[in-house]
Amino acid sequence: MTLRLAAEASSTIVWQVAFLPIGDLPSPQPGNSPSSSRPLRPPCPPFARDPLYVRDPNPFVRFVDQLTSRLGRFVSWLVLLMVLIGAYNAIVRYLGRFTGTNLSSNLYLELQWYLFSLIFLLGAGYALKENAHVRVDVIYGRLGRRARAWINVVGSVFMLIPFCVFVLWVSWPAIRNSWAIREVSPDPGGLPRYPLKAVIIVCFVLLMAQGIAELVKELRVLRSEDDAIGESVEAEEGQDAPARPGGL
Amino acid sequence: MEGSVLAPLMFAAVFLIIFSGFPVAFALGGASLIFAFIGVQAGFFDWSLLSAMPLRIFGVMSNSVLLAVPFFIFMGLILERAKLAEDLLTTIGTLFGRRAGGLALAVVLVGAMLAAATGVVGASVVAMGSISLPVMLRYRYSAQLSSGVILASGTLGQIIPPSIVLVVLADQLGISVGDLFIGGLVPGLMLAGMYALYVSGVATVKPSLAPALPPEMTDIPRGVLMRRVLLVLLPPLLLILIVLGSIFAGVATPTEAGAIGSVGAILLAAARGRLDLAVIRESCTATTKLATMVMFLLIGSTAFALVFRGLYGDIWIETMLTNLPGGRIGLLLVANLVIFVLGFFLDFFEIAFIIIPLLAPAASLLGIDLVWFGVMIGMNLQTSFLTPPFGFALFYLRGVAPSSVKTTDLYKAVIPFIVIQLIGLLAIIQWPELVTGLVD
Repeated sequence: MTLRLAAEASSTIVWQVAFLPIGDLPSPQPGNSPSSSRPLRPPCPPFARDPLYVRDPNPFVRFVDQLTSRLGRFVSWLVLLMVLIGAYNAIVRYLGRFTGTNLSSNLYLELQWYLFSLIFLLGAGYALKENAHVRVDVIYGRLGRRARAWINVVGSVFMLIPFCVFVLWVSWPAIRNSWAIREVSPDPGGLPRYPLKAVIIVCFVLLMAQGIAELVKELRVLRSEDDAIGESVEAEEGQDAPARPGGL
Repeated sequence: MEGSVLAPLMFAAVFLIIFSGFPVAFALGGASLIFAFIGVQAGFFDWSLLSAMPLRIFGVMSNSVLLAVPFFIFMGLILERAKLAEDLLTTIGTLFGRRAGGLALAVVLVGAMLAAATGVVGASVVAMGSISLPVMLRYRYSAQLSSGVILASGTLGQIIPPSIVLVVLADQLGISVGDLFIGGLVPGLMLAGMYALYVSGVATVKPSLAPALPPEMTDIPRGVLMRRVLLVLLPPLLLILIVLGSIFAGVATPTEAGAIGSVGAILLAAARGRLDLAVIRESCTATTKLATMVMFLLIGSTAFALVFRGLYGDIWIETMLTNLPGGRIGLLLVANLVIFVLGFFLDFFEIAFIIIPLLAPAASLLGIDLVWFGVMIGMNLQTSFLTPPFGFALFYLRGVAPSSVKTTDLYKAVIPFIVIQLIGLLAIIQWPELVTGLVD
């Protein structure tokens, strides 16, 4: 009992600390990536420069945040790999034209879009966490933090999460089928299709998990009695320059 | 056909929901699901239509045209993060600086080049605004002229190839990316030329608005200046020419050219000693986020299209658009007006994925050339992004401009450039050969 109380007390403190410095958040930064500013993601304390440092009190949210961040950072490196393979494919096809032989292989051609699929499918949750999915912020940009939280809560419950469930539900038979027959690319030398199709399932499970994590965070904003949070965000952002996440 | 009542309702509701500010991709997906449910309950819609969804998602994944998008994003990001763009601006600035209006000309030139490399409006406006606006103000350029030039040159990226805007447009219109690139070339360069003319004109008539740089800035020995031009200016120019040239010559697909361009950008950054782990990592994560955003927008609008079609919405829109008074002229007028107004609120990609697929069939039914249509849309959006008080580009520049530049300055600054763009728009409507002349 005492232990539990202590844990609760400490989590409350962490919670408050995490939400205190909200004022200095989303002013657009030149040259900074569009998505680097996320309304109401508590800024890192100076002792925790590790980008993966997550201090969310809720173990589920902590776990999901960490998972999607790690995954997002991992697939980002695939961009570099994809660029190299893309250039390799281009050069090989060009040389093949010169020498009159076909040097390009379906393996590398398919690898190129397999990698891109991995990048955006596994990066979806990461993009959600980093607020990189574009919003129309004509109205949203002028709202206080609580109103934004309401929009995010309603949107998550009625749009994002049902959409994930729907895609999972409707994709499952097709993907199970693909696994059952161990579907392979119809082109000679092509890659197996079934693992890639399974990534669709992984993608939407992760997206839903991150959606729930974001929902928990937004609900917490609603539960907080502190209206100053909303106002400070508004004052900081000003009317002139609403953040346009994702727009670059 | 009673179900068609639901289609207009869905269209209106989806727009309302998008405007709430919830991420557009999921708002589209979720709202479509809600309307599918309503449709099923009312007996107008068949759930089995939605079983096409996994196939569509797989189609998005294996789309070889859209594969060019991450490559061009990455190439632009590397050029920007490695500060090659900044070098370009300062070098051309000193090159032209001894003339009145020289700095402004440099901005137009770099805008056309950068735009060609990135094609992301916000990125070029922010990059050029944060680099050149303080310099121009320091050398007593008028705040209005400087911000106007920056805004206009930054938005030039819409139609100067290779912009990702044109890649996505080509995919949605179902035409070849190469053709659209060729189509956008002349109008884009024409606009850049008109900007340059306007700036030189202003500098000649009123040199106080755009004074020449002080001599101590431009009195650099010829040899040093030439070396700098060789080192800084030529390599990126060459890279862009190689990328575009290989596409135009039919040697490479846009996707291949984008991949080569990305490797080229990495090599350029390395050659200038600007390539470190941070630059690569930041470019990679930013590419991941941006490309994910684009692809999920496409997945969301795929769901929208499935349901909207199931409710006969496509037929509703098509009959409406093909029966407009005035036929082709009527359609062009409505299309331009709708896109212009939506451009105030929606990002380019939302318009491309939601609106363009609805306009394209009607346009091709009325015998409108889709390459020309695409360039016109690009040009229109560019104007829309500039137009106060909602234009996107204005928000971006506001974010990086010093507070001494008033928001009303920005509004007044863009007016001459909006006029120039409207002239450009009218020109391609009057002389479609400007777009289609070079396309086979």
